Amino acid sequence: MIKPVAQPFTILTDTYIPLPVENIDTDQIIPARFLKATSKEGFGKNLFRDWRYENDDESRPLADFVLNNPAYKGSILVAGKNFGCGSSREHAAWALADYGFRAVVSSFFADIFKNNALNNGVLPVTVSEQFLQKLFTQTAEATLTIDLSVQTITLNTTGEQEHFEINAYKKTCLLNGYDDIDFLLSLKEDILQFEKKHSYGYEKENHLAPRRRDWP
Amino acid sequence: MGKTLFDKIWEKHVVKEPGAGLSVLYIDRHFIHEVTSPQAFAGLKKRGLRVFRPEQTIATADHNVPTLNQHLPIREELSRRQVETLIQNCADHGITLYGLGHPYQGIVHVIGPELGITQPGMTIVCGDSHTSTHGAFGCIAFGIGTSEVEMVLATQCLLQAKPKQMRITVDGRLKKGVVSKDAVLYILSKISASGATGYAIEYAGSAIRSMSMEARMTICNMSIEMGARCGLIAPDETTFSYLKNRQFAPKGSDWERAVNYWKTLYTDSDAIFDKEYFFDAEEIEPMITYGTNPGMGIPVTGAIPAQETLPENERKALAKALAYMGLKEGEKLKGKKIDYVFIGSCTNSRLEDLRMVAQLVKGKKKAPHVEVWVVPGSKQVEAQARAEGIDKIFEEAGFQLRQPGCSACLGMNEDKIPAGKYCVSTSNRNFEGRQGAGARTILASPLTAAAAAITGEITDVREWLND
Ligand code: SF4
Repeated sequence: MIKPVAQPFTILTDTYIPLPVENIDTDQIIPARFLKATSKEGFGKNLFRDWRYENDDESRPLADFVLNNPAYKGSILVAGKNFGCGSSREHAAWALADYGFRAVVSSFFADIFKNNALNNGVLPVTVSEQFLQKLFTQTAEATLTIDLSVQTITLNTTGEQEHFEINAYKKTCLLNGYDDIDFLLSLKEDILQFEKKHSYGYEKENHLAPRRRDWP
Repeated sequence: MGKTLFDKIWEKHVVKEPGAGLSVLYIDRHFIHEVTSPQAFAGLKKRGLRVFRPEQTIATADHNVPTLNQHLPIREELSRRQVETLIQNCADHGITLYGLGHPYQGIVHVIGPELGITQPGMTIVCGDSHTSTHGAFGCIAFGIGTSEVEMVLATQCLLQAKPKQMRITVDGRLKKGVVSKDAVLYILSKISASGATGYAIEYAGSAIRSMSMEARMTICNMSIEMGARCGLIAPDETTFSYLKNRQFAPKGSDWERAVNYWKTLYTDSDAIFDKEYFFDAEEIEPMITYGTNPGMGIPVTGAIPAQETLPENERKALAKALAYMGLKEGEKLKGKKIDYVFIGSCTNSRLEDLRMVAQLVKGKKKAPHVEVWVVPGSKQVEAQARAEGIDKIFEEAGFQLRQPGCSACLGMNEDKIPAGKYCVSTSNRNFEGRQGAGARTILASPLTAAAAAITGEITDVREWLND
């Protein structure tokens, strides 16, 4: 039986944090020096670390960075196009989730990041460039409503609404808090059957990667 | 309608199509390393699962290892614990680990091909975006996140949507002093850092065909910098002769059978791509980057674009990048003084790269103000470089030959470039802070990097090459 692993995502209405920078790569979201952990917890405090503090000093927050601006809060991040490019580090999604973000809105997402976000219950919402630019011109009080079941995002101050795309399977997962592993595990028989006929062009017994005994 | 190389490999690995446009894709080879795997193993443990096919996963320690004194315990505690966790997880699950001290240890994307574990027609994944490197052998190879690492460990499968397909054809001959790194930086500068998002790229054309496997790997490696899911090149005689007799390549009659199969792996002449680009190799010059994404590249003799020549929406990004880099619009970089040179990373740390550098710097000395690190991609590369006397050439030139690892490519270990310093790097990313907080990265080929090390400034390496 599939059991929820993450908090289900249904309707979210909240203020948002605008970050009008394009090509935000995962090295900015979470710099490499914070990837030494062996658990998933606690990455939020290092989210956008090098944009948040001067010389990595927590007592010297950079005033012009939006996360340091008390006027802006909320569980939705709105960022410029090509968000999450670069390294595949899932730590970027963990950092966003740990900081409290439940959705990221942009006009374009990098592929690996999109998967990582979805696998951690953070919804990537792709909107038109025009809608995105509109969001960057609102005041800090503006709120967004993201309704996953009907796939709409609404800027509540103006009533403007857009439909967004999401894979139907991924949508079901998010609505219920499921993840892929349970689904894949349920296919065990299919996988075993597949392995029987799968070939590498040469003898089956030899198709496996090196085992310990092959060490020089 | 014909099939593409990508279609052929993909279809052969579909276990099931559960709907919603997704495929359950079987994974032949899975590489893991210390940084993106611990949470996946922890996840398995939490669910009470074992690794399903341990013999199809291969581990190494590379991202977070020191590149000096690898025989000593790792000094930094968190790094040591991460490497120890990998050792424990591999031991618990019967996974082969080429860890520190093992003669096969090295950067994951260098050792897979070098050991012959990477083979044409396979599906290969790793919790690292540059897994696209392996596509040079004609495989579908892509980077995944840690949740997906857990899925592969648990089921040897992933749930994936099939990407769109793009072909990039480069015809003609690369000019003297121009190598595959320049070609890929050139393509990037044309199609941008997001130009291939959502696509699998096949590289084709006479310029690609005439490249060595090492050079092809450099091209496929940087597919991810265009946003592509993966990059691949049809296998041919160059591929087969590279793989023959490698440690884990098929042997004897298996070899014949494998090659016969591999020869069927090409794009049919009537196959249709969603997008096509054509480039002329003759037009490519040695390239360098000036900004903070790898698409911001110019010929080494060129100038940084001026704001007004760019579309409105790109101007802000340019201004931000140049402020970080301490550079000005319209400025020429040739002659610009630099502080560090890093020759390494899964893009350019193979034997061919080291040989190329050695040949250029033989008998010369680095500029006194420049620090030069050469970090080989693997123990085997290091050993071979020493056997060929390349280490002596580097020593005389004042280049520091270190031990294998990712090193200053991502600055996770001690190998960081100090804030504000300029580093000419053969790696793949010039993001803000990538090589250390505040570090300023200029991406280039091994030739251009070596020339910069000698002169201490950005140099057009062609001026050194006689006919
Ligand atoms: S060398 Fe750099 S890009 Fe390559 S695997 Fe290591 S960190 Fe990633």
